[in-house]
Amino acid sequence: MIHLPVLKAVDREFEAKPEEAPKEDIREAVLQLEKEGEWIVPRVPEPFMEVKTKFGRTKKIPVEKTWHHKSCGQCGHIPGYSTSIFWLNRAFGLDYHDPTDQTSCTAWNYYASATSNPEAQAAVAMRNFAAAHEVGYFPIIHCGTSFGHYKEVRQALVHQHDLRRKVKKIMEKLGKPLVMPEEIVHYSEWVMAMKDRIAERQVIDMSHITATVHPACHYHKLVEEDAVYDSEIYGAQRTAIVTGTLQALGINVGDYSTWFDCCGFGFRHILVSRDFSRSFAVQRKIEVMIDEVKPDITVTHDTGCVTTLDQSQFAAKAHGKKVGLPVLADSQVAALAMGAHPYKVLQLHWHNTDNKAFLRKIGIDVEKTWAEFEAETEKIKRGEKQFLTWEDAEK
Amino acid sequence: MKQALDLSYNKYSDVSFEEKERLMEEMKADDRWHHILYGCYECGICVAACPSARFYDFSPRIIAQAAAREDADLLYTLMNDSVWDCSQCFSCDRCPRQNSPGQIITVMREVAVKNGLKTAKEALEGYGRIIYKIMATGSQVSPDMLQPNAFPDWGGHVKEISDNLDVWRKALPPETLHTTETGWYVTDKTIIELYLIWHMTGVMDLIKGVDEGLHMILVDVMEERLEEAGYDDVNFD
Repeated sequence: MIHLPVLKAVDREFEAKPEEAPKEDIREAVLQLEKEGEWIVPRVPEPFMEVKTKFGRTKKIPVEKTWHHKSCGQCGHIPGYSTSIFWLNRAFGLDYHDPTDQTSCTAWNYYASATSNPEAQAAVAMRNFAAAHEVGYFPIIHCGTSFGHYKEVRQALVHQHDLRRKVKKIMEKLGKPLVMPEEIVHYSEWVMAMKDRIAERQVIDMSHITATVHPACHYHKLVEEDAVYDSEIYGAQRTAIVTGTLQALGINVGDYSTWFDCCGFGFRHILVSRDFSRSFAVQRKIEVMIDEVKPDITVTHDTGCVTTLDQSQFAAKAHGKKVGLPVLADSQVAALAMGAHPYKVLQLHWHNTDNKAFLRKIGIDVEKTWAEFEAETEKIKRGEKQFLTWEDAEK
Repeated sequence: MKQALDLSYNKYSDVSFEEKERLMEEMKADDRWHHILYGCYECGICVAACPSARFYDFSPRIIAQAAAREDADLLYTLMNDSVWDCSQCFSCDRCPRQNSPGQIITVMREVAVKNGLKTAKEALEGYGRIIYKIMATGSQVSPDMLQPNAFPDWGGHVKEISDNLDVWRKALPPETLHTTETGWYVTDKTIIELYLIWHMTGVMDLIKGVDEGLHMILVDVMEERLEEAGYDDVNFD
């Protein structure tokens, strides 16, 4: 395999000028439609944080009063991912809502099988947004695909009057108003905006750790103008998401030539055609990272990416491929840095690729912490307690 | 590795040109079509960025070109033999002509499903349980889907999860995650609203097009729950 050299814009300063942006700021149209009485636009609750997006525009990120739009893949198969997001909110004493009046965005299925249509997809999105509005919290989206898909839905609803009319009618039948939030926010943007506060509370030294970052396709390729960029990171030549968070924690982020490649998830492929997913994840991502960076971990910020990069390494090992690279989400790394329990909170036993060497490198006693988790599960088995509670996890 | 893509003219000679044109017109009638297709420079940037192009005989450039030329015959071949290889990552959105080959493919897939093409059914073979899950519960995947026979290539780790599933789910601090059949607790009211969306948007007709048996099972499940919730008049047929 031929690897291209990593091109860095070291001798050119990229100055993003919002007024020269080649793409519209859809948020202006969203507010205009509010003035015309087309929908309700809940504002990002104050006090909010601000980040810059690709063309230098400012994006508001809520600190709290957040309605957590969970991810089916995260909650179903890697639940420590979402648990870590909640743990961070709790550690900062923030007000958040973990709803039961929420469906998944259903976009994984849409991209995989096309057994849906734009009207249904938009209605699912608007039902969830209305549910958040009903309880007075602001949506924050856990899944990269939900985030990208909802932004596509927003564009479609703004530009396609007929679609908006049809979806409004559906919402009326459900007894709900049409609601479009002022911003569509991904949780990793919240983590990045909180990075300095997280670093202030850091108790685990990670300065000797090297990581690679995989930016999720549906985060920075779908409606690309809304992704977070930073002139201090990669010279604003690519999204700063995750990298900014890890650097704030003192982690050395290594660059690699296939950073733009997808993880191999493929939506239908990961479920019914995994030969492609395995090959791509290992040959185009994991092996390249190991060859070029030799990282301790790779970190990403989406359901499908963690799943594919992590699970694909098992079969590749049997073929003598260079694998064995632990895969974590940014929320897990941030929580770990602040002292979260690797099994009660990060729930690393749901991950596949062995991560014990990484944990030991940052000074965590793997045997002791696992025994602590097992002591809790034994109590559940014996009927001494029904569940592991937040209080148990935060001890 | 799949066999090479055969793009010879009139490969599907058993299908009339009028039928191929009809399907193409259905694609063009989609509201998104004119926002995702502007022509093609033939620069190949989409192919260079495409993960599927590295492992399959697959080219987003050919698909964009065929769509831009309105080549009904070639589009029909691609709709049958190529579009299901796409990863839907949208790396091809880098197109300097502002095309989105990935979204062109989304539309082509939808037309293929809506018209019950045999190749669409084949591409979705084994996918029925996923459709059932998403339509019936609103969650694409769930903890109880982690079964060793479904993911043999993920190793013994899946069996370990499966063996410990009930206890490990109870050992999750967020109360909403103490579930095995869905990713999180979803209220009955939420599910009913989801079923009503499926009903009002005609999505169940698409399911019928690719899997009639699955459609029947889903209709039974949904109509029963809707009836319990007082929606006696909702009929999916």
